[in-house]
Amino acid sequence: MIEVFLFAIFALVALAGAVVMLTARNPVYSAMGLLVTMFAMALFYVMLDAHFVAAVQILVYAGAVMTLFLFVIMMIGVDKKEERVETIPFQRGITFVVALGLAVVIILAGRQAWVTGSDAFGSPDMVGTIETVADSLFGTWTIAFLSTVFLLTIAAVGTVALAMFGPTAVQSTDEEEGA
Amino acid sequence: MEDFIVAAVKVVIAFALLFMVVLLIVWAERRIVAFMQNRLGPTRAGPFGILQTLADGMKLLFKESLTPRNAEVFLYLAAPVMALLPALLIFLVIPIGAPITIGDTTYTLQVTDLNVGVLYVLALSSMAVYAITLAGWASGSKYPLLGSVRAAAQMISYEAAIGLALVPVIMFAGTTSIAGIVEAQGATYFGFLPAWNIVLLPSFVVFVIAAFAETNRAPFDLVEAEQEIVGGFHTEYSGFRFALFFLAEYINLFTMSALTVTFFLGGWNGPTFGPTWLVWILPVIWFFVKTFAIIFLFIWVRGTLPRMRYDQLMAFGWKRLIPVSLAWIILAMIAMGIRRYGLPWA
Repeated sequence: MIEVFLFAIFALVALAGAVVMLTARNPVYSAMGLLVTMFAMALFYVMLDAHFVAAVQILVYAGAVMTLFLFVIMMIGVDKKEERVETIPFQRGITFVVALGLAVVIILAGRQAWVTGSDAFGSPDMVGTIETVADSLFGTWTIAFLSTVFLLTIAAVGTVALAMFGPTAVQSTDEEEGA
Repeated sequence: MEDFIVAAVKVVIAFALLFMVVLLIVWAERRIVAFMQNRLGPTRAGPFGILQTLADGMKLLFKESLTPRNAEVFLYLAAPVMALLPALLIFLVIPIGAPITIGDTTYTLQVTDLNVGVLYVLALSSMAVYAITLAGWASGSKYPLLGSVRAAAQMISYEAAIGLALVPVIMFAGTTSIAGIVEAQGATYFGFLPAWNIVLLPSFVVFVIAAFAETNRAPFDLVEAEQEIVGGFHTEYSGFRFALFFLAEYINLFTMSALTVTFFLGGWNGPTFGPTWLVWILPVIWFFVKTFAIIFLFIWVRGTLPRMRYDQLMAFGWKRLIPVSLAWIILAMIAMGIRRYGLPWA
């Protein structure tokens, strides 16, 4: 019973955060709205006994990604007035149809066992601990995991290579130590 | 229901402890720095001036809380609370003494032990940056904004170093539960040397240096460098809201020292002897002795080293601390591999 209450509260918080994210005039408030939603999601993970995922959710998304967002927003300057004229015709109508479709898909998917996974996983109190996650990452899905790692490394190296040797390469101004 | 009561009592004790310790640390810092600078520091309020912090706190409570006209009011008011929350929450997973068995129930001297304790600590300490960044931005004033941009860059950089410094600790303990890490340090080498993680010396050094940066203390106090940017992020704050920032800062100092002790100096481990009550009390005493030794180190460094320049700070974080931690992780992995599987050619 208490879980239902908590879920209701945090679901409302998550939705409120999402609405703030979309409607806030100021990008800093948008970032804060997204942060609130991420926290609420981390709490959902805790309720599902996935403590590791919850910790990583906060550490990576709330901790690193959103801080960078905020940093960039502040660097670019938050005082710029945003153009509020809608450029895509029928924008709201299309959004409404897509949102309705998504809602239907979610409701239908919620009835499938392979999505909700209620009894598909093993012992319920072990799901989401570090050991279980490590077992899946480094046991069952090693190849997929390593390919992802490889892909991300390629992307990182590619970014550096473009910055250094690309058409608009930054001229090396070596001023790191000295002074 | 009983679990709930025990947890509630623990939380209350933990918070009361934090606030009392902060009073003590602020006084100790002012006195110690004063002695290092050939002054006396506060001596009037109470014995040795120990009540000075209390008096200052009372004074701040009665001061006017100003809100600048350009401030973003909502975030401006929320930021001090956001600073205090993670500072208080991190302490909940630190064990301050050995588990106590009364009757057939065992009480841990830790509010809660999480399976992902280390990650919880890292996650919450990465939350601290929001308060500072938002406080600076929401003040609607240029020096706080400069301070908060500095804070964002500095804390992201040194968070990475802290995380990497903890990897060998987790590998040696084989767990991310903080109680587990402390217990893993309870063993001894050769029967008398305590098996504390201080043997992971490079990790310890990187962790302590990064802890200075995470708590925004000298020599990394660029976030609130008085000589350059007035007071940094808290320039516009006054009265009780300033007190909250101040409190959060010193709670962070205590928590970081306690974490250093927990991860590297054996936590509450230490010799115990005598009757049962002494066996219960001694680990707590060991824990606080070690923690205050680290806090003394923090104060000592503040009284000794000048502030670093901003580019030096960044270069040091990314080009020294992080490569050293990465290299050390690889070495530690090799050492663990040899210990478990023997030498490759043997």
